[in-house]
Amino acid sequence: MTTIKTVAPIRPWRPTKRDYTLQIAIIIGSLVASYLLVANTGFEGRLSLVIFFGFFAVVALAILSGLRRGKEAAKDAVMAGAAYTGIFALLLPVVSMLWTVISRGTAAIYDGFFTTDMSQDPFSSPLDAGGIKHALIGTLWLIAIALIISVPLGILTALYLTEIKGPGSALIRFLVQAMSGIPSIVAGLFIYSALISGTGRGFSGFMGALALSILMIPTVARTAEEVLKLVPAEYREAGLALGATQWKTVALVVIPAAKSGLVTAVILGVARIAGETAPLLFTTGGADNTNLNPLDGNMGTIPFYIWKALIDGSPEAASRAWAGIFILMLAVLSLFALARFLSRASIVK
Amino acid sequence: MVRKAKDVTIAELERPHSAPTPRTLESKPRPSDRVFRAIVGVGGFSSLTILGLIAGYLFFRGYSILRSESLSFITGYEWVSSINSDGSEGAQPSTYGVGAMLIGTLVTAVIALVIGVPVSVFAALYLTFFAPQRVKKILVTVVDLMAAFPSILFGLWGLYVLMEPGMYVAELLNKYLGWIPIFAVPVPVFLRSPFIAGLVLAVMIIPIVTAISREIFAQTPLDRIQAAYALGASKWAMIKNVAFPYSYSGVVGGAMLGLGRAMGETVAVFTVLNILYQANFKILLGAGGNLASHIILKFGEASEEEIKALMAAGFVLFLMTLAVNMIANVIVSKTGRRGR
Amino acid sequence: MSTYEKEDGSMNSTATPASTSAASDTRTSSLGDVATASAASRSRTEQPIGSGLEARNVHAWFGKYHAISDMSLDFPTGTVTALIGPSGCGKSTFLRTLNRMHEFIPGAAMAGEVLLHGKDIYAPGTDVTKVRLKIGMVFQKPNPFPSMTIGENVLAGIKLAQLKVSNKDDLMEECLERAGLWNEVKDRLNQPGGSLSGGQQQRLCIARSLAVRPEVLLMDEPCSALDPGSTLKIEETISELAKTMTIIIVTHNMQQAARVSDYTAFLLSDGGPGQIVEFAPTREIFTRPRDERTENYVTGRFG
Repeated sequence: MTTIKTVAPIRPWRPTKRDYTLQIAIIIGSLVASYLLVANTGFEGRLSLVIFFGFFAVVALAILSGLRRGKEAAKDAVMAGAAYTGIFALLLPVVSMLWTVISRGTAAIYDGFFTTDMSQDPFSSPLDAGGIKHALIGTLWLIAIALIISVPLGILTALYLTEIKGPGSALIRFLVQAMSGIPSIVAGLFIYSALISGTGRGFSGFMGALALSILMIPTVARTAEEVLKLVPAEYREAGLALGATQWKTVALVVIPAAKSGLVTAVILGVARIAGETAPLLFTTGGADNTNLNPLDGNMGTIPFYIWKALIDGSPEAASRAWAGIFILMLAVLSLFALARFLSRASIVK
Repeated sequence: MVRKAKDVTIAELERPHSAPTPRTLESKPRPSDRVFRAIVGVGGFSSLTILGLIAGYLFFRGYSILRSESLSFITGYEWVSSINSDGSEGAQPSTYGVGAMLIGTLVTAVIALVIGVPVSVFAALYLTFFAPQRVKKILVTVVDLMAAFPSILFGLWGLYVLMEPGMYVAELLNKYLGWIPIFAVPVPVFLRSPFIAGLVLAVMIIPIVTAISREIFAQTPLDRIQAAYALGASKWAMIKNVAFPYSYSGVVGGAMLGLGRAMGETVAVFTVLNILYQANFKILLGAGGNLASHIILKFGEASEEEIKALMAAGFVLFLMTLAVNMIANVIVSKTGRRGR
Repeated sequence: MSTYEKEDGSMNSTATPASTSAASDTRTSSLGDVATASAASRSRTEQPIGSGLEARNVHAWFGKYHAISDMSLDFPTGTVTALIGPSGCGKSTFLRTLNRMHEFIPGAAMAGEVLLHGKDIYAPGTDVTKVRLKIGMVFQKPNPFPSMTIGENVLAGIKLAQLKVSNKDDLMEECLERAGLWNEVKDRLNQPGGSLSGGQQQRLCIARSLAVRPEVLLMDEPCSALDPGSTLKIEETISELAKTMTIIIVTHNMQQAARVSDYTAFLLSDGGPGQIVEFAPTREIFTRPRDERTENYVTGRFG
């Protein structure tokens, strides 16, 4: 009689059409109410519109739920409203920042932007002169040197924590965590105090890279440790059981198994330092001319370029600052996308 | 070693309860492994070394100032350098005290926490308990990405975008809450105030606090959540009575990590705030600074003596943020373990 | 079989004779047959107390996976119904559809109706929190709230649902008494719930469920994580509670089903979704099963 196969699954706990209609009505009502309020009182601006809209919507939802299901349901609705407000308040600046970077970031970019430096033109000069060639080269140099220093140290730290589990592992893990929280300015100040001040050595790209390494090591170490932990213990045991040394096991079994994850760790480390500004102010000198030698002489970098444009304050300089941050954000976003892609392509197969 | 029965001595037989002596399992690593372990060990201790060097050098360079000023370096409200950068003698004798900037650091960081933490906690609640699976995945990525935004972007955005609505809010605060001393201003100019710097810092710490709070909330055991629902709890009742008790201290730890970030932030504060060396509790008034931005400001034209004072200030900043971070990490990891 | 005899004996000692004899002529046939529903509803009309909870043609899905199919059962008030069957037959899933805990699993879907006093608990506009107040649940693993004391745990439901109680101490004592735990914990009500033994924790969870005065109590293998002594105590508690409420218990343990329940439903999944093979008074299931598969299962030939 009853045929089992034809029964369709339903989800009665989902909101019904009536619920959706009510919600839409509340949204429209709150919009109208907040618009009227902003239009007819001393409040002004889009921000107050948004705030009043949220307030009205939450209150209306709470009253509605309260009427239908009682006091507890009203509290629940206020709570849900707060949660939605929280995520909205988080997303608003993100969207605003990305939008501003895109909308203002391209004004200063012209044909010669990537092929000229700022040695001939001040930051307030018209936007068809000067460029970020010097800064681009400098940033690439800094990242390259920071990679050479911090990738081995970061991964060795991770290996110490996961493979050797030697004495003081807990302490080191703790210090690495604490180190990732030290202000970037301290890293710059340290390099300045230890290697520049009173030594006769001047600013250089290399000094900047050293400061950045201090910030990059903990990022690489922490992510790499997480990744290495994911390599199953059986892999290591299998290697050791075959008579391989620990060194061979790590080099030929553990690290290959975690390869893409380790690359992710490195990429996240680069993303962390690419836009760092404060440490460079004490170490690189921030030249406006192209300097190909990271070991000698002031070197410009993109963050320093933005910094100089910001300090200059003229409208042209502001456009240059936005262009600089546009390039920087392109780099950070692509690094991030790459890291996501790699970590999704399964860390341990 | 094979022993025959006759090898067993009477003494051995008579020993009533000869406890078996455990053999220590020692494997002597091969030479290649010893080299490997040595290299990894050296690398492993690099962070310890670096932290030690940072503390050591900053202390060493700033020592003369720290000794001559002693406690008044922390409590002093005046920063005067008697030697100009060209080496000539200034009018006043120099005194170095970072008290005013310590206050500025705390004021801006506290504003950031007051605004940022509630937003983060509710956003984390949304991500853990409200968001549909797919939306959640995307938003978690967005939060991670936001944490990777360079701080100079926050500075630029704060200066060119947030300043205006921030001033508007400041105006409203002053208008309606101006009778509270911290919201009072001598002149109704709200540009580049600690309040706006705090707003920018709040936006900076939101991704950090949200990410940690979300992880902590997600560790609430599922069976407890279900038990609450099975007892007729609404979502809010469940969160309040089950999720919060589990995650309370972890969220506090996350907020402290945010505090550490806010206290050490340099570029964003320098960009947004009107850096003046004074202890300013009137948060809507456009004057103030924090320790880090003070260091940047003075560094350019500092005399050799003042550089030493700045190193000492850096040392103080380092210790402060290190302490906050360490405490925060202990709290967070403890919560993590208990929650599982 | 020897175990068979033993089960029978112990069953006789605990099953309430009135309910078993009242429905002794109820027969259930095999899966998918409408007779299941009609037999169940017949038993309802013959029950003097009337029906509390009734499942009608309930299906459940997890995403695309069809977990249970067309389950219809009537749970007469004041009786204990046991759901037995091999792992993966959908016992727990079915139980969780009865108080709308099923919907917490991502991708979950269902079909059919669950009637409490004739009203569908899945009807639009139903307040799900009120449903769960009336239909309580005890889980497989004891899960007292660790941040609360023993006393607070008992009253957790009152706090969670913001119910008004005239005398909390009386309620606490009564619930602990009914759960058979009062004498063991009355001197340490302020200690954390986690300080109790596993069996005590489970009885604490039962007491916690009782405090919101449910009409039906669902128990999802409540003894599977406990030692035999604690199991026995919980079974005594169940028999005691059945005098005033409807209990539905999922169990892997056939002896337990025989000991505590008035009715037993045998569920089975033959590769596809789980279905009810047979539903009858417990004694019938264990002595004269209608279906060959039931017989095979209760005699231990498979499963």
